[in-house]
Amino acid sequence: MPPARLELFRGTLDVLILKSLVWGPLHGYAITSFIRQHSDDALLVEEGTLYPALWRLESKQLVEAEWGLSENNRKAKYYSLTTEGRRQLRSETKTWEAYAVAVAKVLGATALQPESLSETA
Amino acid sequence: MKTTPLWRRYDRILGSDPAADVRAELRFHIESKTEDLIASGWRPEAARNEAERQFGNILAVQHIGERIGGRMENRKRLSDHWIDALHDFRYTLRTLGRDPGFTIVSILILALAIGANTSVFSVVNNLLLRPLPFPDANQLVWIAPPESGCGFSCATYSADAYEELRDQSRVYDGLTGYMAFTGPDNLRLTGRGEPEPATGIEVVGNFFSVLGVQPYMGRLFTAEETRPGPHHVTLISYAYWRREFNSDPAIVGKAIEINSTPVTIVGVLPETFDFGAVFRPGTRADLFTPLDLDMERMWGNILTLTGRLKPGVTLAQAVDDANRVVPNLYFNTRFPDTRGRYKGFLIPVSLKDYVTAKLRRSLIALWAAVGAILLIAGGNLSNLLLARAAARSKEFAIRGALGASRGRVVRQLLLESLALSAAGAVLGFGLAYTLVTWLAHQGSIALPLLSLLRLDGQALGWTALVALVTALLFGLLPGLRIATGNLHETLKDSAGAGQGRHHQRIRSILVVSEVALACVLLVSAGLLLRSFMKVLDVDLGFEPSRAASIRVDYNDGAPTGEASALKRAAIFQQILARVSAIPGVEAAGATDFLPLGPNRHWGNPTPEGRTIAEGELPRPLVYVVTPGIFRAMGIRLRGRDFTWADGPRSQNVVLINESAARVYWPGGDAVGRFLKTGDQRFQVIGVVDDVHEETVEGSTGSQIYYSMTQQGPADAHLIVRTSLPPATLAASVLHALRELNPNQPAAEFKPVQAIVDRAVSPRRFFMILVAVFALLGLVLAALGIYGVISYSVTQKTQEIGVRMALGATTARVRRDVLASTFRLAVTGLVLGSLGAIAATRLIATLLYATSPWDPLAYVGTVVLLVAVALLSGYLPARRASRIHPMEALRNS
Repeated sequence: MPPARLELFRGTLDVLILKSLVWGPLHGYAITSFIRQHSDDALLVEEGTLYPALWRLESKQLVEAEWGLSENNRKAKYYSLTTEGRRQLRSETKTWEAYAVAVAKVLGATALQPESLSETA
Repeated sequence: MKTTPLWRRYDRILGSDPAADVRAELRFHIESKTEDLIASGWRPEAARNEAERQFGNILAVQHIGERIGGRMENRKRLSDHWIDALHDFRYTLRTLGRDPGFTIVSILILALAIGANTSVFSVVNNLLLRPLPFPDANQLVWIAPPESGCGFSCATYSADAYEELRDQSRVYDGLTGYMAFTGPDNLRLTGRGEPEPATGIEVVGNFFSVLGVQPYMGRLFTAEETRPGPHHVTLISYAYWRREFNSDPAIVGKAIEINSTPVTIVGVLPETFDFGAVFRPGTRADLFTPLDLDMERMWGNILTLTGRLKPGVTLAQAVDDANRVVPNLYFNTRFPDTRGRYKGFLIPVSLKDYVTAKLRRSLIALWAAVGAILLIAGGNLSNLLLARAAARSKEFAIRGALGASRGRVVRQLLLESLALSAAGAVLGFGLAYTLVTWLAHQGSIALPLLSLLRLDGQALGWTALVALVTALLFGLLPGLRIATGNLHETLKDSAGAGQGRHHQRIRSILVVSEVALACVLLVSAGLLLRSFMKVLDVDLGFEPSRAASIRVDYNDGAPTGEASALKRAAIFQQILARVSAIPGVEAAGATDFLPLGPNRHWGNPTPEGRTIAEGELPRPLVYVVTPGIFRAMGIRLRGRDFTWADGPRSQNVVLINESAARVYWPGGDAVGRFLKTGDQRFQVIGVVDDVHEETVEGSTGSQIYYSMTQQGPADAHLIVRTSLPPATLAASVLHALRELNPNQPAAEFKPVQAIVDRAVSPRRFFMILVAVFALLGLVLAALGIYGVISYSVTQKTQEIGVRMALGATTARVRRDVLASTFRLAVTGLVLGSLGAIAATRLIATLLYATSPWDPLAYVGTVVLLVAVALLSGYLPARRASRIHPMEALRNS
């Protein structure tokens, strides 16, 4: 059964790409596979958006690229995180988590007024 | 990812190609996808199609990739370039730091050469290249008669002539002038304790508006103040405002007392306006008052004329206009027969030419001299770098073998010379700054515009240009030699001797050129020095040493001329008696004009008994003096001096100078004869030596001396001849004057020698500068000789060792080295003498009573250069003679 396809929000793809490179250099195809597998096929990254995103990250020096040989002995362009990229990933992850929690809270609301107004400091 | 991407080597060679990278990357994606699809059961064809379909618009993506890739590539190339340059630069600093002796010597040489060039450029730019410091300065003209013996003294016009010219000319936006015959310290600032001397210039009211000078504070003179009649207003100079009024911001509108008359300060002139710098080099002016033309009408020629041409009017048109108007001009409108007297004496020239044209040649010569210095310094640097390059040929060969391109090596060498010349330029600019600041404060040098001298952006630009050109010139030669040299040969050749020989020839050529240039400079400096000595030897007609002058204030106001003369005689008799009584005073007298300064004509006496046509006799310059002046000035006298007995009622008497005597009574004795002016008869009681009235170098014309007891002086300068240094008498002389006249201001007690010094100061200035440059050139040339000979001795250590082993004596070796030094020096001298013959043509007009072939200058140069050359060859020669044969051979 084909999984439900989810559209990626703007800017989300960048974090996912950065995350995929945490364990070491990957080429573009492997990055798509990584995202698909880890989202249980929920997130489908289109090549038409992946590559431009990758190149933009490269030009922003968040990732750096080097040509290497793939598992099947083909010439492939491998991307890896730069220090700056790693820093970016950390801060983006935090933002995302906070965002997700906040969105979840709002969507999980049960009453018009929050239960405890005093908690907001 | 696997390692060792072999293809990267090819990538390097072909250069990177972002478009190909993008295609390869996308192709890899499609292929990987296809393989995965096949693995999951697709048929190969279908799998490929499916992979491409899933990808979508592959071309669009490819375009995006190419664009981003291209941008990144550019950025990378740029940063690579900078990183390379930075590496080279660091390397340069390291190499230069490793050889501090070489670096310091080079930077010093460059700093001296560049500093000299920047300073002289500033002077030249200020005086020649740049317009005068007025708006639209090229429209300003100076109106003067053609150059004549009496110089400035004749360059003046009467008040009537000014007004007629102003009203009849059609080419001027404004015509103005100033009163020419006021001396320094001609005013007394009173009412503020002890009277203080000040220098005032009377100007036609529109003077500043014609020049385009805007006041710093307050206003200029109004049209009303320009009209005839007394106007008690004044404008003060910026410097005077600072000095005398402590930069009082509320000075405008305040009244001061000048010569006990209240005068209102209506404005302060801007700092950029320096009257002396433009019109009277080497003097200052404190106050400007509007000239009352009515008061001056009977005084004859007293105005200098300056005009501003209407926009678009050329100098030629102005000359035509002057020719049209001049026949209608009256010397004095009350005397119709004075109409047309200025014919041929009214010629507009550009004000800039008037101010600086006389200096053009001197300045160009100076510029050429510093240019030569720069060439000598460049030659020296080239030589030093060649020697270094030869010593470093191994280093370059190794770098070449390791893959550095020749371009990179040349770039490296150029960078080194650039770094050196940049450091030299910074230091040189500092030197120039010091020199120029110092020059700007030399008020005693009578050069125009000197006080306005500044190191500005243009000078900075020139410094940068000179530094760059020098770096390219002296850096390129060694660079090219290295680049064309055979690297493999260098590596193989253990001693590097082959290339050394080649270098040696170039280095000798460089040194010979340096010696030649130094020779040209020395000959020129020698000629200028000889001229200066000749000028100092000129018989001025008076004895400047041990004499001093002070401006005397007196009040001879009386209802009639006769009463005034009697009062004046009494005043001066008293003053002179009192001053003469001061111990140390040998003689004292007073005169209304000092020598070597402006003076005026006054009437045109004719010898009695001779009928001479109007205009045939030269008009004599007039001095009105007291008895005793000739002894005080040290002027030789034949006949008798004036006495106090020569009064307004006794026989009018005069003394004339030798030139006048020759003109009036050629071949006869003038003493006892009579001169006539109108219906007045003057007996000539004595003949005195010609006194240089305008310049030290110029010739003198007719001069006539009247007695203060019979004629009214324009001014009074007390001259005191002393047996002590004049400065020690200053206080007692001033005290004596103050006792007689409490209004006497604390005027400067000025040695007469200072007047002479001021007159010869431009010549001294140029002579000293050229001499300094010549010595600098000599030192640099000596350094060059030393470098070459010393290097050749090092190169030939082995050879010398062999020769000594074969029996050559130390004396012989030393002689050989000295002989090669001598050869260099003589070749340079021969070429330099030829150059000097050409160069002295340029400076021939700057010489005074000295032939451009002056043997002393040439012989002196030859002796000096040969001596210095042998001296600089001697040290390496001694080293050569001490080479130990065994060691020399063993070390090879």
